[in-house]
Amino acid sequence: MLYNIEIKDKPGVFDAVGQGIKKDIFDLGIKSVSEVRFVQVYIIEASVSEQGIRKICEELLTDRVSQDYVINSEEKRGTETSPFFVIEVAYNPGVMDPVEESALKGIKDLRVEGVTAFKTAKKYLIKGSLNDGQLKIISEKLLYNKLIQHIVKSPSHQVTKSPDLGYKFKLAGVDLLSASDKQLMRIAKTGQLFLNLAEMQVIKKYFKRLKRNPSDCELEAIAQTWSEHCLHKTFRGKIEYKEKIPNSKYQILNPKLKVKKINNLLKSTIMKATKELHKPWCVSVFQDNSGIIKFDDKYNICFKVETHNHPSALEPFGGANTGIGGVIRDPMGTGLGAKPILNTDVFCFGPPDYPFSKLPKGSLHPKRVMKGVVSGVRDYGNKMGIPTVNGAILFHERFVGNPLVYCGTVGILPADKSFKQPHTGELVVVTGGRTGRDGIHGATFSSGELTHESETVSSGAVQIGNPIQEKKMLDVILKCRDENLYTAITDCGAGGLSSAVGEMGQDLGAEVHLEKVPLKYSGLSYTEIWISESQERMVLSVPKENIEKLKEAFRSENVEATVIGEFTDTKRLKLYYQGNLVCNLEMKFLHEGNPQIEKKAVFISPRHKEPKFSCPKNLTPQLIKLLSHYDICSKEWVIRQYDHEVQGGSVLKPLVGIVNDGPSDAAVVRPLANSSKGIVISNGINFRFGFIDPYWMAASCIDEALRQIISVGGSLKEVAILDNFCWGNPDKPDRLGSLVRASYGCYDFSRAFGVPFISGKDSLYNEFSVKNKSISIPGTLLISAISVMEDVSKTVSMYAKQAGNLIYVAGSTYDEMAGSHYFDLLKATGNNLPKVDAHQAVKLFNALTVAASQGLVRAMHDCSDGGIGVALAEMAFSGGLGMEVFLSEVPYKESQKLKGKSKNLRNDFILFSESNSRFVVEVERRNQHRFEALLKSLPFGLVGCVSGGKEFEVHGLDGRTCVKSDIGALKEAWQKPLRW
Amino acid sequence: MKKPRVCILRTAGTNCDKETAFAFLKAGGEPEFVHVNKFITGAEKLDVFQILALPGGFSYGDDLGAGRILANELRFKLIDSLTAFIRQGKLIIGICNGFQILVKSGLLPGNADLKQEASLIINDSAKFEDRWVYLKSQKLKAKSQKCAWAEGLPEVIYLPVAHGEGKFIVQEKAVLERLKANGQVVFRYCDERGESAGYPDNPNGSTDNIAGICDDTGRILGLMPHPERHIDSLQHPRLARTAARKEGDGLQIFKNGIEFAAKNL
Repeated sequence: MLYNIEIKDKPGVFDAVGQGIKKDIFDLGIKSVSEVRFVQVYIIEASVSEQGIRKICEELLTDRVSQDYVINSEEKRGTETSPFFVIEVAYNPGVMDPVEESALKGIKDLRVEGVTAFKTAKKYLIKGSLNDGQLKIISEKLLYNKLIQHIVKSPSHQVTKSPDLGYKFKLAGVDLLSASDKQLMRIAKTGQLFLNLAEMQVIKKYFKRLKRNPSDCELEAIAQTWSEHCLHKTFRGKIEYKEKIPNSKYQILNPKLKVKKINNLLKSTIMKATKELHKPWCVSVFQDNSGIIKFDDKYNICFKVETHNHPSALEPFGGANTGIGGVIRDPMGTGLGAKPILNTDVFCFGPPDYPFSKLPKGSLHPKRVMKGVVSGVRDYGNKMGIPTVNGAILFHERFVGNPLVYCGTVGILPADKSFKQPHTGELVVVTGGRTGRDGIHGATFSSGELTHESETVSSGAVQIGNPIQEKKMLDVILKCRDENLYTAITDCGAGGLSSAVGEMGQDLGAEVHLEKVPLKYSGLSYTEIWISESQERMVLSVPKENIEKLKEAFRSENVEATVIGEFTDTKRLKLYYQGNLVCNLEMKFLHEGNPQIEKKAVFISPRHKEPKFSCPKNLTPQLIKLLSHYDICSKEWVIRQYDHEVQGGSVLKPLVGIVNDGPSDAAVVRPLANSSKGIVISNGINFRFGFIDPYWMAASCIDEALRQIISVGGSLKEVAILDNFCWGNPDKPDRLGSLVRASYGCYDFSRAFGVPFISGKDSLYNEFSVKNKSISIPGTLLISAISVMEDVSKTVSMYAKQAGNLIYVAGSTYDEMAGSHYFDLLKATGNNLPKVDAHQAVKLFNALTVAASQGLVRAMHDCSDGGIGVALAEMAFSGGLGMEVFLSEVPYKESQKLKGKSKNLRNDFILFSESNSRFVVEVERRNQHRFEALLKSLPFGLVGCVSGGKEFEVHGLDGRTCVKSDIGALKEAWQKPLRW
Repeated sequence: MKKPRVCILRTAGTNCDKETAFAFLKAGGEPEFVHVNKFITGAEKLDVFQILALPGGFSYGDDLGAGRILANELRFKLIDSLTAFIRQGKLIIGICNGFQILVKSGLLPGNADLKQEASLIINDSAKFEDRWVYLKSQKLKAKSQKCAWAEGLPEVIYLPVAHGEGKFIVQEKAVLERLKANGQVVFRYCDERGESAGYPDNPNGSTDNIAGICDDTGRILGLMPHPERHIDSLQHPRLARTAARKEGDGLQIFKNGIEFAAKNL
C-alpha cells in the first residue's frame, strides 16, 4: 500500500520556505502571487497497520510543536487545496533520494516493520491570479529540474521504487575487427565513448593481435581510461604552436622559428617549473590525488582543486554538490588518507540579471544556476563539517550556457602516512555508498561540448550527493588508517571502479568479481557496475590478515565495506561476472597504449578598440558603479551560507571588519588546535585579461594569489600553487593557442616568484553550441595558492583600524587599463593590460612580509578588481572609518609617453587601473619611519590617512576633490547587488 | 583529583566532535568519543561518564528535521541509561545539533514524561547562516536553579552561530512563561551592548531571542551558538592579533561543567 503523507506548518508558524519562494516568484517578474505555502510530502510503500503508519508520522516525520500531518488516501489528493494552485515535485525514478537511507533507518529504530520504499516530494501551494504560462514559468524556472524531477500529474505517485530491470547475464561483444573506419566512429559515437578515429584504430589493432573482438566492458574501460578527463590528452599530447604578437619581447616562440613543436605541454611548462625549483618541502607533486607539502615535523598538508562544470550547467545543485563531494575525496584518497580541513570555491556565472529572452535553448538562467550551485556547495561542505573559507565569484555573458564551478579541498595527514603502496595478494575493498546507474559516462561526457541536447542524452551524468554517507565513511577511514589496516586508498571519481582499481593495480594487475559489488538496485550489467560513477565510494587495498578487523570497524559505524577482488601479479586487468570472464586486458595497453594526439595551436594577438574619452571631473559615480559591479560587490549572501567556523580553526575569516562584513583577501586557518601554526589560502582569477593575452592573465593570476597571501601577513617562503584551466574546445587551434600561452605564463612566473605547482587540473571542451554556433567560455585560469604561516597571531586584516593612521600605496601603478572593470563599465576592453615585473614584486612582497611580522602594519589590502579606488573604499567602509587620500602621491608610471608628453596622466587611470603587485597599507604614525625604511628604494607613496568622520574623499592630481562620499553610501552600493 | 570523564557522542554526520573534545580537554576534562552504536549494543556504558556532550553537526543529515533521528534513538533505545544518568545528577550539554536533539527528545526544557514542548525550526531567513552573535547570559532567580554551565560568565559574550534550523519556538505560551519563571532561559541573542535587537543580532527569529535553555535542574544545557569555536582569542573575528593571547568567551562554559563535575560527581 502506498501512503502519501503531507507535513505542513501549524497555523501561526512562519513558513520561511514559502516566503522565500514567493520572493523568488516576484523576482521572476510575476507580481500577482499573494501567498506561497510549502508542504513536505513523503511517499511510503508499506504493508503496515494504521497504527504503524501513524507512529511513523508522529514520532519521525512530524515536528509536533510546529507541524501537522495528513495521511492522504490517494483519491483525495488535490481537492482540498483551492484557492491554491498546487504544484508537486518528485524525483524521477532512479534518482537517488538523499533522505531515503536515513528515513528507513529512522523507521527501523521505531520498530515498525513492513516499509519497503520511502521517497520525498515537495508540494507548493500558490495563491494568486496566474495563467498556465505563468505557472509553467514558475515551475520550470524555480521549482523543478526535469533532469532529476517531474511534476506529479497523476492522482497518485506511480513509482516509488528504483527501476529494477531484472538483469540477466549475457556477454556482449563489440565487432571492431570487421569494422570500417566509418563504423569505428559510429561505435564510438553511439557508445558515448568520445574516442577519435586514431584511438579506435589502435584499439582495433590491439584486438586484431589478440585475434578476438573486445567485450563491451573492455571497450568502455579503455574509453574511460583514455578520456580527456582522466588522461589529459591535450596537455600530454603533441602540439604544433604558432603565434603572432606585436611586441616580440613577449613572444614564446623563438623569433627565428615559425612553429614550435611542443611535446607534452604539462611537462614543458607547469611540471617543469616545479622540477627546476626543486623545493625540499614539496613532498609529493603531480602523482597522487592531491599535491602534498610539508606542514610541520609531524604533519603534511595536501591540496586539490577540481571543476564540475558540465554537471553544474545541467543540474546546478546536484552538479556542485557532487563536485564538492568529489574533491573532498581527493585528499581522503591522498597518501593513506588525509583529513579534509577546509574548502575553497570559485565560480563563474552569467550575469544574474541576464534577460530570459536571450537565454540559449536548454540553458538555465544564471541566477538559478548560481543559487543552485551555492546550495549544492553549502549542503555538502556544511554537512561534511569542512569550513568553506575562501573563494571568488565572477560574471560574464559567455558563462551563460557553461558556468564554471571550481571546488578545492585542503587536507592534513601524518607525515609518515603520505605514500601508498598496494601489494600482490591484497584484497580490493570497495567502501561507502552503493553502486547504481548514476553518473554513467561522466568521464567521457565531460570530454565533449555541451549542446542543447546534452540535457537529454547525458542525464545519466547528473547526480545528487549524499554527504552523510561520505562523512561516516571518512570517520572510519581515518580510524583504520591510524591502525594501519590498509596499504593504499583511492577514490572512485570519474570512471568509477574502472578508474580507481585500474590505477591502483596499474603496476601489479587486478582481478575483480563484479557481482560482489553492492548495488543500490538490481538490474545493472557488469559493464555498468564497472564504469558507474556513483558517489561516495572509495577503494582500499587490504592485507588479508587485516580484513576482519577492517570490516568490523566499518560495520560498527554503519558503513559498508566489501571485498570485490584481489591485486595480482599478472599485470592484467581481469574482470569476472558470476564466474564469466568479461574483461582481460593488459594494464600496459590500458594505461599506455593510447596514441599520442597531435593538435594544432595558433595564437594571434587580438586588437581591441581603444576607448577614447576624457577623465570625468567627479569620479564618485564611477566608484559607486564599480563597487556595484557584480565581480566586485559583496558576496556576503553566499559566504554566510557556508559554515566557515566548523572545526574551530578559522583565524582570518572570509568576512572581516568592524561589523564582520568586509571582503577579506586570503583566509588563515589553524589546523591543529594546540599550535599557532597556520595555513594561508588564496586564489587568483581574472579571465578579462585573457581577452587580450592569456600569458599575462596567467602572470596576473599568480601575482594576485601571492599578493593576497602577503596582504594577510604571509610570506613567499613556502608557497605552493595549483593550476586549473577551464578552456574551450582544444581541437580548435585558436582555443589551444591561448591555452599554450597561458601555460607558458604559468611556467615563467612560477619560476620568477619561486612558487612551485604541486597539482592541477584541466577542464577543456567548455563550449556551448546554439544553432550550430559554438560559444566558448573565456579561457579561464584559476591559480590557487597555499602557504604555511609560522604564527597566526601575526595575521593582518584588510579593514581600516583607527583614525589618524597613515595610508600608503605600495607598488607602482601603470596606465594598464585593458581588461579592467573600469573599462568594462564602458563596455570596452582595450589593449594595454597589466604586466608583472616579478623581480620588483618579490622585493616588495618580502619587504611587506617583514613589516607585517614586525607589527608595523595595522591593515593591508591587495589592489585588484577596481584598483586603488575600490581597495581604499573597501578598507574605509569595512572599518567604519573615513579616509582622505591624494592621488598625486601614488607612484604612477605611464607605459608610453607621446613625444615626452604625458598622455595618460589622469585621475581615473590612477584610481582604477588594475596593475599588479600593489597594496594599500595602514600604518600608525609612530611607525612611519620604520615602515618607510623597510620599503626604501621600492615604489611607495604616503597617500593619505584614516580620518575620524565617515567621509571618503580623494583629491585628484590638481588637488581638487574628485571623489567624495559618505562611507555608508559606498557600502550600500557594494552590498546591494547580491543582497538576495 | 581525577579528571571528569566526558562522553562526546558521535554518529553519522556529527562534525563538531573534535573541537568540542578539545574545549573539554582545555577545561581540564578527559573527553572520549563514543559512537551511539556502542551504547545501543552495550559495548560501552554511559554511567562511567560524568558529562555527556552532544556536539554540533548534521546527525543523519538532519533528514526529516534537524536532530530528529538521533533524538529518537535516545528516546527509544537509550532512555533508561539517560534518565539514570540525569538522576545521578550528571551533566549534559547539547550544542547546535546537540541542542536540537535535546529539544526533540524532550530532555529540554524537560518534563516528567519527556514530551516535546519546544522546537528549533528553520530560520526566518530560510537560509543556513554563519555569523558571530552577542549573547546575554541571564541573571537567574534562585540560587538553586542556577545553570551549572553558565556560572561566572560576563553579562555579554560573543560566539558564532552556524545553522539553518535554529529558531526556538514553544508549543504554547505557558511553556515560555514556565521557562522564564524557572530561570531556564540561559542565553538570549542581543546586540553589542546587551540590548535586545532584531535580525541579524537575533539570527533566526527565535521567540523571545532565546539562544539557549537549561532544564529545571540547571544541569542540562542546550544552545545554538558554538562555545567550542571561541576557546581562545585567535578565533575571535577581530582580536586575532593581540599581543597576549586570551581565553575565548566559550571556554568558561566548559570549565563550569568540569568544575561542577569535579566538585559534585
